Amino acid sequence: MIDSAVTAVAAQAAAPQPEAIDYWSMLFVFVLSTFIGLGVIRRVSRLLYTPLMSLTNAISAIAVVGSLVVTGADYPAVIRILGAVALFASMTNIVSGFLITDRMLKMFKK
Amino acid sequence: MIASAIGQLAAIVATSLFILALNWMNDPKTARKGVISGVAGMLVAVLATWIQPQIIHHGWIVLAIAAGFVVGVPLSRVPLTAVPQRTALSHAFGGLAAGLVGTAEFFLGLGEGGGQLTHFRTAALTAEVILGYLTFTGSLMATGKLQEVRWIPQRPVTYPGQNFVNIGVLVIAIALGAMVTANPTAPWASQAFLAVAALSLLFGILLIIPIGGADMPTVISILNSYAGLSAVAMGFALNNKLLVTAGALDGSSGLILSIIMCRAMNRSFVNVLFGAFGQVKVGAQATGEQKSWKQETVEGAAQLLEQARLVVIIPGYGMAVAQAQHKVRELYDALTKRGITVKFAIHPVAGRMPGHMNVLLAEADIPYTALVEMDEINPEMPQADVALVLGANDVVNPAARYAKQTPIYGMPIIDADKAHTVLAVKRSKNPGFAGIDNELYVQDNTWMLFGDAKAVLGELVKQFSAGSGLH
Repeated sequence: MIDSAVTAVAAQAAAPQPEAIDYWSMLFVFVLSTFIGLGVIRRVSRLLYTPLMSLTNAISAIAVVGSLVVTGADYPAVIRILGAVALFASMTNIVSGFLITDRMLKMFKK
Repeated sequence: MIASAIGQLAAIVATSLFILALNWMNDPKTARKGVISGVAGMLVAVLATWIQPQIIHHGWIVLAIAAGFVVGVPLSRVPLTAVPQRTALSHAFGGLAAGLVGTAEFFLGLGEGGGQLTHFRTAALTAEVILGYLTFTGSLMATGKLQEVRWIPQRPVTYPGQNFVNIGVLVIAIALGAMVTANPTAPWASQAFLAVAALSLLFGILLIIPIGGADMPTVISILNSYAGLSAVAMGFALNNKLLVTAGALDGSSGLILSIIMCRAMNRSFVNVLFGAFGQVKVGAQATGEQKSWKQETVEGAAQLLEQARLVVIIPGYGMAVAQAQHKVRELYDALTKRGITVKFAIHPVAGRMPGHMNVLLAEADIPYTALVEMDEINPEMPQADVALVLGANDVVNPAARYAKQTPIYGMPIIDADKAHTVLAVKRSKNPGFAGIDNELYVQDNTWMLFGDAKAVLGELVKQFSAGSGLH
């Protein structure tokens, strides 16, 4: 079991093959989450549109996940530099996005 | 194996937490829980990715994250009047990240012999790069305009054939992208891909040049949507469902906000992006005799306010520019102490981004129950004794109801003109962003107070504290 897993990983590392992407399930996920997004956002309080925007901003900095891989994997340095800049940009959005959202929301009092 | 299972599980958990985060934004009472949920989701996503076995270099990751904190923390402390430009800047960062990752992945694929660059993946990478880079430069331009950077003109800049040029650039970028998608390993593919990137960067700039301040709420929302969609494209390229779900949530949020903003201006997306709002249509205002303003003194205005039972304050961008929200609060206190009901009428596009006025007034500790949406306040306007227009202009211009030649025709407005008396505080005698005269100001029951909103309100408040024995 472990042996075969190790060989599989080693083989993958040695000769990258095209990853099999299940396009249809990706598309399915995209459409479903768009509908969920539309449903949830429609109910957001109109008072909170500015914090909503900074919150979704922080959430869309999920690009951090892609940047992490590009920065940290065993890739050529040029590629990893692009990744590091992307990681910095996403991280800035995460940090400032969540902090400023909270700062604004704290101000909304009855 | 285990790492991959953790990755998949983390994607599910993080997606759920993000959906909950947005769900809690439906009420100011629960909204802060939403932030916690969002942070938790992001933490799960980052940690689950970081422990994946293919990540072996950690030094640069730590450095980049630290740099993100160093820049991100000060960016979260900007004054609230600067929130629109901060938001635009963060869209720029989001677009940049997507564009760079897309570029890196494409050249990585080429370097490995192109085996990874299937048609589908290349299409996704191209889409990611186009969306990412156009969001990057477009948002930087928007940031510059909002920050009033000197060498970026505030007013819309137009030239003959502009739309032709803009659309042409985009079409060429998409066509080149399609060619790369069809032949990802062709000898010219890398040059073509770089050309796509360059054209997208150019298109972002060209797209924002003709856009003026009044359109910023819509444009910021559209850019928000693009930033989300570029994350979705990244998800397709990297076969990562979490990127797709989180990106789709952001994309749909931007979409809904754009639709609301467009409706609030009675315009379409296409019209906002290619219509160059704010071009003064000469001859449109020549109708009717020229009426003139009637100026009121601060003392007179204070008396009018004091005798009122219902005062509706209509804030606009002028309040933000003058940073007058705290003075507004003092006036609010002075009036409510005298038993006068004070409400705030919030137009959806007042200010420079969705919800801009609400945040500023909340900062000044005005209870959010006093902030009333346009549709709810309008039926009440005829009962208002005083409508106090505070640096708002186009959103109260009655010409929107009938003047077909003006760019604001058909835009829903706050019916300030229906109040018994209108007091309008205005910085200068120039027309608003739409470049048209506002006939509200020359109405028989309107009195003008010229000056910086903060200074005028300060004077008004002084009247109240000095004259507590006025009556």
